[in-house]
Amino acid sequence: MRNYLNIIVAYSIMMLLIILVGIFQSWSIALTIFNYCMISAVMTLGANIQWGYAGLINFGIMGYTALGGLAVVLVSVAPVPEAWSVGGVNMMTCLGIIIIMIFSTRYILKNIQKSKKRNYLIAGIIIVGLILIKIIAGPAIEQIEAVDPAKTGFLGGLGLPVLFSWIVGGLFAAGLAFIVGKVALGLRADYLAIATLLIAEIVVSIIKHEDWLARGVKNVIGLKRPAPYEIDLQTSPWFINLVEKFHSAKLDIANSLSERQDILNQLVIDASSVYVKLCFAGMFLVVVIILLIITQKALYSPWGRMMRAIRDNEEAASAMGKNVVKQHLFIFILGSAIVGIAGAMMVTNDGLFTPGSYRPMRYTFVIWVMVIVGGTGNNFGAILGGFVVWFLWVEAAPIALFFINLFTAHLPETNEIKVHLINSAPYFRFLLVGIGLLLIMRFRPQGIIPEKIIKQ
Amino acid sequence: MDLINAVIVLLNYTIIPALTYGSQLALGAIFVTLIYGILRFANFATGDMMSFGTMFAVLLTYYFQSIGISFGFLPTALLTIPFAIFMMILYMLLIDQTVFKYYRIKKSPPVQLAMVSVGVMFVTQAVIRIIIGPTDRRFLDGEKFILKATEFKEMTGLAEGLTIKSTQMITIVVTIIVVAIMFWFLNKTKTGTSMRAYSDNEDLALLSGIDPKKVVLITWIIAGILATIGGILYGLDKSYRPFVYFNNMLPIFAAAIVGGIGNPYGAFFGGYVIAFAEIFLTYAYKRFLVYILPESLEPNSLMQLLSTDYKFAISFSILVIVLIFRPSGIFEGKRI
Repeated sequence: MRNYLNIIVAYSIMMLLIILVGIFQSWSIALTIFNYCMISAVMTLGANIQWGYAGLINFGIMGYTALGGLAVVLVSVAPVPEAWSVGGVNMMTCLGIIIIMIFSTRYILKNIQKSKKRNYLIAGIIIVGLILIKIIAGPAIEQIEAVDPAKTGFLGGLGLPVLFSWIVGGLFAAGLAFIVGKVALGLRADYLAIATLLIAEIVVSIIKHEDWLARGVKNVIGLKRPAPYEIDLQTSPWFINLVEKFHSAKLDIANSLSERQDILNQLVIDASSVYVKLCFAGMFLVVVIILLIITQKALYSPWGRMMRAIRDNEEAASAMGKNVVKQHLFIFILGSAIVGIAGAMMVTNDGLFTPGSYRPMRYTFVIWVMVIVGGTGNNFGAILGGFVVWFLWVEAAPIALFFINLFTAHLPETNEIKVHLINSAPYFRFLLVGIGLLLIMRFRPQGIIPEKIIKQ
Repeated sequence: MDLINAVIVLLNYTIIPALTYGSQLALGAIFVTLIYGILRFANFATGDMMSFGTMFAVLLTYYFQSIGISFGFLPTALLTIPFAIFMMILYMLLIDQTVFKYYRIKKSPPVQLAMVSVGVMFVTQAVIRIIIGPTDRRFLDGEKFILKATEFKEMTGLAEGLTIKSTQMITIVVTIIVVAIMFWFLNKTKTGTSMRAYSDNEDLALLSGIDPKKVVLITWIIAGILATIGGILYGLDKSYRPFVYFNNMLPIFAAAIVGGIGNPYGAFFGGYVIAFAEIFLTYAYKRFLVYILPESLEPNSLMQLLSTDYKFAISFSILVIVLIFRPSGIFEGKRI
């Protein structure tokens, strides 16, 4: 119990802060923050597996998040039959060509010895394949994008339940991680960071500009939800009855029947938004708890010990007969898959897919700050990091505004400096997070909840 | 005649813009490579440091304009360069003393320093946005064009016009001057030699009596000069917007690594490799081909290899290819 005391204290403080937001701002805001904290926690769990367990630096979190989001669109949106009929065959042919290209390249790599001839062959296959794809896909893409461009203009998805896409998001991310891992894992740590960051940028720019795939920067809105819609709740009698019971004291002080009805309507609208967010919170909590149990089990299994051995001394582990390259690739895929799940969760929560919003600042660097601040190598720390940093990221502007008003209280309302500072309150989040990271790195490099190694 | 027209088209739309963009990238890439070679970490605050220097140039340009100082037909921003560099170096030394020095003395692994630079990136971004805000600003004044398309057509009687913006000329000239001075400094002066020695082998350099404090100080000063000038040239040519500067960090990193990180010549060259690749692969060759091909072969599509949306993606793909086949870069990396 004593071992876990600091964890319990840290988590209680965090929960208290979120409850305070609920009391002072509103419960809807508090739940939004809580849900996003949970999504961030899943991302940090993924990054922590790579960095904390294996010492692999992955700055490409943005790319895996975006792929997870893409999975939601591709799985849950209903297919667009017109688009399929005008361009489906061509696009499928292109997919076939890509698969043939991959397998023929693999065949050549395996069966022909390293020589100039092999390089030319591979280059030839890639160039011919790309030209074929350009010829076949070009007109098809134009036709697909011309199908009702204001609403669809893309192939659509499979029309399956949205929860299924969380798994698919993980698989997509795992697939990308396999390619990235094969290409880049041999690099030194800082090169790996840059390479993964740039590959993620390539992935996001493809998602952004291939409109036939997921409408690109035109965004996909109105995605399916695993939770009820607010509108439906507001008209269903059981929900109104529930709200009535819950707030009977508030309703009783109403003077007239019409006034009572007005209050009730307002309460129902508020409650429906809270109810939906609670549904999401419940689902996210299940995911976080499942992942936490699995990662904790893995950390203290023989496999986890091997990973730590590889992290702390690669040569020694390799001398003991551990396949370092294979294990690195495996853990890179595992961590990225978890990040992909988080990406799918986030898009499901928002109900819209906006490729333009995937930026390295928000989806790579902030997540890394979470991992470092929370505690590398400790899953409880990683989750806490997600909560703390996301909370600061969101609440920084109100906090900054409070302090600006406090320190400039003696200045008149029209004072230029005061107006300028108040206008730039949103940017204090960068300052707060940056200084937080620098302080943690300097004075507590192991994070808030440090890694704990249980001796057996 | 058609051939000359074709050459003019290429010059106008690809070669001159690529030279300009390449020069801007090259300055940034040398900055990255110097920090990597001597201080031994990948500086993720690169773009924001360039932005920080440029911010002072923008503010001072506005101030100079308000009190009526101008630089004739040249942009006023050129006058502000020394002041901006001075502020930039002060900021860099402050950051070095408060943040990086601790890890350097502790001999922390490069990854930790890179992580710390992420913290510096956040703080710098915040400071910039609080001081100047995130909006797009243009601070170019003076003559806009050296050569206008219509003038060129009248002069030569050709069908195609050649436009040279003054910012393009300034960028190329200033870059050549700055880089020439820097290479002279690194190769011919005693301080420059000691910096190269320190980069090659730290212990040996310390043994032969090189003062590490001095080397670090000079490195930051050169880095400040490069970052500020690179940032100002980019801002004059396009416009100043903090977010864009942060994004520019990525092609700059690509240039530094493609050229061989730690090697300033490589970085200089890498900047142009990236710029030329980006522009040549996304240019629509239709107009060019119309001039050189016989009429029967004239293309009816745009003849564009990739859409301009993928400009950044190209430089990153080049980087990935270089990392796979020649991780030390085109020139041998890690030397100054």
